[in-house]
Amino acid sequence: MLRLILYRLFYGLLTLFVVSLVVFAATQALPSDPAQAILGREAADPARLEALRRELNLDQPLALQYWSWLSGVLVLDFGTSLSGGMPVSELLGPRIQASLSLMLITAVIAAPIAMAIGAFAALRRDRRFDHSSSMVTLVLAAVPEFAVGIVAILLLSTGGLKLLPAVYAGSSTEVLSNPDQLVLPVLTLAIAVSPPIIRMMRASMIEVLESEYVQQARLKGLPERTVIWRHAAPNAIGPVAQVIALQLGWLAGGVVAIEFLFNFPGIGKALMDAIEARNLPVIQAVTLLIAAVYVLVNLVADVVGLAANPKVRVSSR
Amino acid sequence: MSTADTARTGGTATAPAGPVRRPGLLRTAWRYHRTKIGVVLAGAVLLVAVAGPFLSPFSPTEMAGLPNSADAEGTLLGTDEVGRDVFSRFLHGGYTLVSIAVLSALAGVVGGAVLGLVAGYLRNWADELIMRTNDMLLAFPQLVLALLLLSILGPQVWLIVVIIALSHANRVARVTREATLKVVEQDFVKSAEAIGVPRWRIMAAEILPNITSPLLVELGLRITYSVGTIATLSFLGMGLQPPTADWGLMINEGRTAITIQPWAVVLPVAAVAVLTIGANLITDGLSRASIGIDRGVEK
Repeated sequence: MLRLILYRLFYGLLTLFVVSLVVFAATQALPSDPAQAILGREAADPARLEALRRELNLDQPLALQYWSWLSGVLVLDFGTSLSGGMPVSELLGPRIQASLSLMLITAVIAAPIAMAIGAFAALRRDRRFDHSSSMVTLVLAAVPEFAVGIVAILLLSTGGLKLLPAVYAGSSTEVLSNPDQLVLPVLTLAIAVSPPIIRMMRASMIEVLESEYVQQARLKGLPERTVIWRHAAPNAIGPVAQVIALQLGWLAGGVVAIEFLFNFPGIGKALMDAIEARNLPVIQAVTLLIAAVYVLVNLVADVVGLAANPKVRVSSR
Repeated sequence: MSTADTARTGGTATAPAGPVRRPGLLRTAWRYHRTKIGVVLAGAVLLVAVAGPFLSPFSPTEMAGLPNSADAEGTLLGTDEVGRDVFSRFLHGGYTLVSIAVLSALAGVVGGAVLGLVAGYLRNWADELIMRTNDMLLAFPQLVLALLLLSILGPQVWLIVVIIALSHANRVARVTREATLKVVEQDFVKSAEAIGVPRWRIMAAEILPNITSPLLVELGLRITYSVGTIATLSFLGMGLQPPTADWGLMINEGRTAITIQPWAVVLPVAAVAVLTIGANLITDGLSRASIGIDRGVEK
């Protein structure tokens, strides 16, 4: 088991390295001149173009450019933002916190509710609750999350009910002090991440409920409540934990459209602002960050999956 | 029906003795109510997207009245933020979205199927190379990869198709490889190998016909994703560019005036939602028919 985990870790590191290559290649190594792309219409001024090239190290050979960028990244130095001249890490720090709060609140709220719905659907298998929850998850899983967010805005903040603010107003350092502004983004993200968790929980719970040890527990006359809570539920959670981890990874990328929609000051909004302003160092930092979170979470999901699988856990002790 | 069952009946279907057909996948899928509902929903939106441009009272870029008036004279649902007819823009806005979504999904499924087939059948260095490259590409969330490339290279339609198709292809390749692995062990493949049929013909004529069910399910799933991702890109301003009429872009442009002119947002959001829901219902019907388990969109 330890060896498998080490192998995955090594592989994760390798993936991160390739990810950094892709980000770098997409932003700096393409045949198009990034300096020209950044300046856009102002590129006519050769002096400014030259200055920007020097600032981005574009006058050096590619390998050297990559090396100086990567060695900066390793010590969390992502360069300086092209608009405002702030260090990128300083600029992104509070935004990362804001996005993390958003993601954590979503996870803490969505995961237990989704698991409860899934488990309940399994207990009511092929009855009305099961059918309607399966239909609802199918529908909600299909709709892109920004559309869910807009429907939520239309229903809860602009239509007949003016309950909640439609967009976020405030800075990224005071996210938690405005709970009412968080409701819609969290609700939207929760709706977006829940369907796979519900489905997995249902499937896993059904499998466990049909197992021999649950049958045995029932046969020896245990009350149904004990059977479900002591024998069935704990064993059903393993595979679900993996799906929850994967969904958290998805959240890292999924927040982009939601933050844009609600004007929420997190990394997703930072990315969209940076794209708008052609702020290359910020684009690099945010995409690398999101991909890194995604890789790490997948790694964790892998390890959780391995640990939850008794065959793997026992065989290689 | 179990997977083994499918493979077995699939096996006899291509045996040289002559095809023994079980009820086709499409017919089995049609038995589910959700498939029918899905066809109706997706069909309605497709109809709007395809026939819309011919029915619209105004051109999508012409001024029809004062900006953001909900009851401009001569318009059905009022005008948008620059004074163009909302209803006409809605009718024009689906065609591009639907066509590039279907195109990128098709390209992704074809490309992924070829890669997965080669990887699953040859099982050599090509397999390693394809699948490891795949794993690396999977490390990027689809939307973020698209944003990264589009922000640097500029939002262009062909680029969107290529990026979305690529990110589909590596996911389809995984599924195809799994399906191929189950078929390569069958006797009819072994016998074809024994009599010296070229490998490309074994892949095309022996294996491919037996993995059409999962591929069809994948196609449905990929179309659902494509519509969602491309609409999201347009919504983020990284897809089709103004003044094109496009559902995603309309949502982006109309959302600031959502209280005075809600139609400019409600119509395209409804269309995108209904289309993806319909496509996912069809996909679910297909997947139930092919392997008997749920496999709708997973994010």
